[in-house]
Amino acid sequence: MNRFTKLEGVAAPFLRANVDTDMIIPMTRLVGTSRADIEASGFALFRFNGDGTENPDFVLNQPVWKGAPILLAGDNFGCGSSREAAVWALAGMGIRVVIAPSFGDIFYNNCFQNGMLPVELPIAAIEELAEEMRASPGNARVTVDLERQIVVSPRGRELPFKVEANRRDALLQGLDDIGVTLTHRDAIAAWQAKDRAARPWVWLKA
Amino acid sequence: MAGLTLFDKIWRPHVIADLGGGFALLHLDRILVHDLSGARALEEVEEKGHRVARPELVFATPDHAVSTQPGRTEDTFPVGGRMLRAMRRRTAQHGIRLFDLDQDGTGIVHVIGPELGITLPGVTLVCGDSHTCTHGGMGALAFGIGSSELVHALATQTLAQRTPKTMRLRFEGALPAGVTAKDMILHAIGRLGTAGGTGYAVEYAGSAVRGLPMEARFTLCNLSIEMGNKIGMVAPDDTTYQYIDGRDFAPRGAALEAAIAHWRTLPSDADARFDAEHVIDMKEVAPQITWGTSPEHVIAVDQAIPDPARAPDANRKAAWESALKYQGLEPGRPIAGTRVDWVFIGSCTNSRISDLRAAATIAKGRRTAAHVTAWVVPGSRRVKEQAEAEGLDKVFLAAGFHWREPGCSMCVASNGETVPPGQRSVSTSNRNFASRQGPDARTHLASPAMAAAAAIAGAITDVRRI
Ligand code: SF4
Repeated sequence: MNRFTKLEGVAAPFLRANVDTDMIIPMTRLVGTSRADIEASGFALFRFNGDGTENPDFVLNQPVWKGAPILLAGDNFGCGSSREAAVWALAGMGIRVVIAPSFGDIFYNNCFQNGMLPVELPIAAIEELAEEMRASPGNARVTVDLERQIVVSPRGRELPFKVEANRRDALLQGLDDIGVTLTHRDAIAAWQAKDRAARPWVWLKA
Repeated sequence: MAGLTLFDKIWRPHVIADLGGGFALLHLDRILVHDLSGARALEEVEEKGHRVARPELVFATPDHAVSTQPGRTEDTFPVGGRMLRAMRRRTAQHGIRLFDLDQDGTGIVHVIGPELGITLPGVTLVCGDSHTCTHGGMGALAFGIGSSELVHALATQTLAQRTPKTMRLRFEGALPAGVTAKDMILHAIGRLGTAGGTGYAVEYAGSAVRGLPMEARFTLCNLSIEMGNKIGMVAPDDTTYQYIDGRDFAPRGAALEAAIAHWRTLPSDADARFDAEHVIDMKEVAPQITWGTSPEHVIAVDQAIPDPARAPDANRKAAWESALKYQGLEPGRPIAGTRVDWVFIGSCTNSRISDLRAAATIAKGRRTAAHVTAWVVPGSRRVKEQAEAEGLDKVFLAAGFHWREPGCSMCVASNGETVPPGQRSVSTSNRNFASRQGPDARTHLASPAMAAAAAIAGAITDVRRI
């Protein structure tokens, strides 16, 4: 797994609520395409016009925000389909942190699998971050510090956030979660042996 | 101490290790894989130096990327053919059961799980697909996962998961005329919003739910994720046990008796406490139709298209405006009468035999409007065979509908079957997202009977008037 410790950079505001994973990566750019295609297709629906040219109105196409490593997002970001390619597509645009009031559950899990940090902050705090960014475009920076679990706004305000301890450790250390789980190998085997006796109907033959 | 919920009674015994911070290492009793991510996940298990931990508990089927054209072969949609061959190779190598194209048992992963008795009450089940919540209709604890989690699941038969909060949503009263499980859940999503259940496992309860047959319970649970709930469940009862009896992978005889004795202990205790509780009076529920590009953009079919000027906040005002623009609709006008070009009856929401019967009841003896293309795509090979045995295919064909092979088809359009750009579709699927059914396609979600009625009338129609 990729590590994540601390990041300082431009935070681009795209506060639309209920951005679903179909919007982040549509099926037409997913099936039978390569990882490179996916990484080039983030937000394709908004980013490109019908003829493939860039839509200048989309915030992440505008020079100040393009390539921002932090995305300021709206409620329920990443809802909908479980497609993990949504995370790859955001990463392909250079995004490493998404700050939103809430996330779709499956998307939230998928972030951690790919070294991307989803940060939950109240909507008012995110709107203020966006204000501070817009007030000084090109210069303002946001810092996201996972070790201390704080976001530092361009004006230096510290906003605390929480990530569960095991997820934080995994990101900070870049742990391989299959490896971590297999340290419980004996407990898994013991659980299965006991369950086989208790619920034999669950245990099918090969 | 308060009693336990259905969710608690399945989750807790499946915890192999408490990982702290609200996380648990959970045993998985069933893993389902499909053609979009299956082969790749199995390949990654090997690349990482692991093996599939319990291949006998893993099941595979091609559904997302197969053509549903009558007379199809695996190469009718060539990209899907490549994915299927890769899945065939990998599943054979690992000893995983594959319900191959056009073989008995094949179909949409969330239709065949229950149909074959792979899904059982009290099991934990995952699949790399967000609509895995469907299986909760059986009283299973089932949820969708991403592709990395799928690799982890295959390699270890476990997952590290954060324990969700619990929610109970009670539907009380009798189903009004024309109202189905699809209308119940769309109505609930309209009330609670697409994020209303985020972080919660929801149990559907109440007299209306207790009275639902199994297939309707799957429909109800299918849309849980559209309310934000990764997990949706209905407590098992006699309806469930009757459904299970005789299914391929279900226990039989004395084993079934023993299993039922266990399953009877699963329903939530009378004094169980939920973190959130909602009640819907069935008298409020009418046949539903979505108007926008989110499942929460839903109204009763006899209502007017909402006006963004009356949206509850600025955020939703903007979302409503862009949805109306995308959908080509004017606020304030009745939604009934809106002209329709396509009708899609299918998907893991509404492609089971009872859904096809409901649609056929409307189609029988009528004709689809001349400008409408209407597809019926059964959810599995068994559903298709059953429908043909009952003559439903003939009813549909005589009415001008197309009768197709099983698969996901136009629900997600990942097999190249799309609603043409700008055209309006009434669909029995679960997502009306922009471009979900094809680039610039306009989708309205509804029940099978409502969809069939739209095909006949050539416009969005109140099924109660047919
Ligand atoms: S029918 Fe649609 S929602 Fe269901 S599994 Fe297939 S693509 Fe997903």
